[in-house]
Amino acid sequence: MFQDLNSFIVDLIGKGDLADILAVVVYAALPLVVILGYALVAILAEMKLSAWLQDRLGPMRTGPWGILQPLADILKLLQKEDTTPTDADKKLFNVAPFIVFIGSYLAFAALPFASIYAGARINTGIFYLIAVSGIVVVGILMAGWGSNNKYALLGSMRSVAQIISYEIPAGLAILSVVMIAGTMDMQTMCKLQQGGIQNWFIFGGPKSLAGFGGNYAWLLTPFMLVSFILYIVASLAETNRVPFDIPEAESELVAGYHTEYSAMKFALFFLAEYANMFAVSAIASVLFFGGWNSPFPGFLDAPWLGVIWFIGKAVTFVLIQIWIRWTLPRLRVDQLMHICWKVMIPFGMATVLVVGTIVTFLAH
Amino acid sequence: MAEVLDRKMQTLPVPVKVVPAEKIEPNRLRTEEMVLNVGPQHPSTHGVLRLEAVLDGELVIDVVPFLGYLHRCFEKHSEAMTYPQVIPYVDRMDYLAPMNGELGYALAVERMMNIELPEKVEYIRVLFNELQRIASHLVAVGTFGMDAGAFTPFLYCFRDREDVLEIFEKTCGARLLYNYIWVGGLSHDLHPDVLGMCRAFVKKSRATHKEVNELLTFNKIFVERAANIGVLPADVAINGGASGPMLRGSGVKWDLRRNDPYSIYDRFEFDIPVGTGMMGTLGDCFDRHWVRMCEWEQSLNIIEQILEKFPQNDKTDVQKAVPKRIKPAAGEIYSRVETARGELGYYIVSKDDIKPWRVKVRSPAFVNLSLLPIISRGYLMADLIVILGSVDIVLGEVDR
Repeated sequence: MFQDLNSFIVDLIGKGDLADILAVVVYAALPLVVILGYALVAILAEMKLSAWLQDRLGPMRTGPWGILQPLADILKLLQKEDTTPTDADKKLFNVAPFIVFIGSYLAFAALPFASIYAGARINTGIFYLIAVSGIVVVGILMAGWGSNNKYALLGSMRSVAQIISYEIPAGLAILSVVMIAGTMDMQTMCKLQQGGIQNWFIFGGPKSLAGFGGNYAWLLTPFMLVSFILYIVASLAETNRVPFDIPEAESELVAGYHTEYSAMKFALFFLAEYANMFAVSAIASVLFFGGWNSPFPGFLDAPWLGVIWFIGKAVTFVLIQIWIRWTLPRLRVDQLMHICWKVMIPFGMATVLVVGTIVTFLAH
Repeated sequence: MAEVLDRKMQTLPVPVKVVPAEKIEPNRLRTEEMVLNVGPQHPSTHGVLRLEAVLDGELVIDVVPFLGYLHRCFEKHSEAMTYPQVIPYVDRMDYLAPMNGELGYALAVERMMNIELPEKVEYIRVLFNELQRIASHLVAVGTFGMDAGAFTPFLYCFRDREDVLEIFEKTCGARLLYNYIWVGGLSHDLHPDVLGMCRAFVKKSRATHKEVNELLTFNKIFVERAANIGVLPADVAINGGASGPMLRGSGVKWDLRRNDPYSIYDRFEFDIPVGTGMMGTLGDCFDRHWVRMCEWEQSLNIIEQILEKFPQNDKTDVQKAVPKRIKPAAGEIYSRVETARGELGYYIVSKDDIKPWRVKVRSPAFVNLSLLPIISRGYLMADLIVILGSVDIVLGEVDR
């Protein structure tokens, strides 16, 4: 097996500019393939899971057991007329879906899919991820304003307020992990959690990092659990999923900021939402559940199998998001802000304080 | 009346302050109120209703409902139809509870003609009315949940409603608009399977009732959304003419099945649930929802009693009392029944003809909807949708 994808390409066509360019293209295109493939599966999973939760069958006609339904939906969207409202701000309106998608897509650059594959090795990987998720906000605001539609405007305003607010508890939750790991590099974080389930950050992180023979790592477990819950809740809000789907609250705002969009532009919003769901789930799996590590040392832990573990863990969280979506009602916008600023942020602050204290005085 | 009020509403001044361009000071821009048209094409208006909401940010300053998108001249049509021919039109008013509407109309004409009904017919009528009440409340509860963002309970409710529709389909062949309850009788006798289906339905529906309570009613997020929202005090409710769950949600114990008994409702034991403000203020959206949930249970109780007492060996023809010629003597009548939405009244004037000279309908959904502006001022846009859902309107009945 090769050390990483880069050396595989060098081995294939020899060292030189061509290899570098090819490597960049491959590194940039691979996530797109992953996203598109994953989106097809996730859309079907959402349809089927929601159907089962609601005592229905879900799509059954398109292909055996309805598995071709996502493909049919995408084909339909491709054929639809691409409309732009007459009074829309055309530039903003047309650019917005791409910015939203780019914001989600950029996150995939820093995700460590396996020990041998990470799009870009950024030593402040998690910081980068928080930063690029902010780009989505710009796109949503452009979509809402550019549509020249009151529902879209209300939706985008809500969305911006919500995403910006919820980045704070998410950031605090991430900070606890970063303090234990002592690094912001996603790949290093994964490497630290090698050696079995007890080394995952949700259980206090690797024992080698904690002082006194690793005994104090267990002390961190309850606080990491709180961090994890904070992160999951905040990530639901950042991806605009129920119970925080206020920006696109169907019963109030029709479809929120993408009310006026049709055809491929709508599909891009749709794709971005699913890509975003995957990205936040993948981050959760890296931060708390060992990333590409197998839960048991020596059990299916070949480097390339890391991809399976990584995607498997991320998809599990995506499924949990789908499950939550079809179970809970929606919060109101002021209740949402109340939860963020008056509940989650104090909890996040407290967790950071406690974890910081433990890490400073007991570990290392 | 609907038309007159509609016109009045259109002329109501909408309080939007327009500042002339030259008077705007760029350094002291203040926030403007925004007029948002909710509907007639909107997922949560429960039909073709248009709400003109004046918003300050997300705060609802005022809201005016605009009606008439589904107006089909029911009252004028009735004047051109013979008495039995009106019944299919009655179905199309409250299309979520046509059995209730049919019973109201049939009772009115029967009272004009002094028709005595066979006992079996009375039992079937009450049985179907209570099934219909449950079916209608299932839609109300489900869509109310959906307005609050919970999608799944809606489908559980519709799954149960399907059973009711199947019972009706088995009996009269129609699933939505039955033309089943006739003046002086019924269009068909009960299918032999129906009583068994009803027994199975009662059992299943009790389980669903529990499930919906767990999943929706006592869900923390749902309670937060519904409690203390759209508070309708009892005096306002009475003055505004509210009826049905809307009135009972405000704590007023008023149900025509008890207060002005018709058919054979006096033979059955059932409670009249009223709002208590159990999660917030008396008369809020949660209370209205809770009243519907309790009525669902009470209707199941009534159905159980009917199934016990039902004269199964009675082979009377259900059309025995149907008059050959329906031609009430000259006179007028106001007859009312308690539908799933409240007091449905028929005012019929007869001029000794086979056609009614005038049919006026007092529709509960229309009256309840007129209270919407009063109970939704000062809440958020998201609450407006929840409040509208809790009123449980059927536009077919509002516009007629």
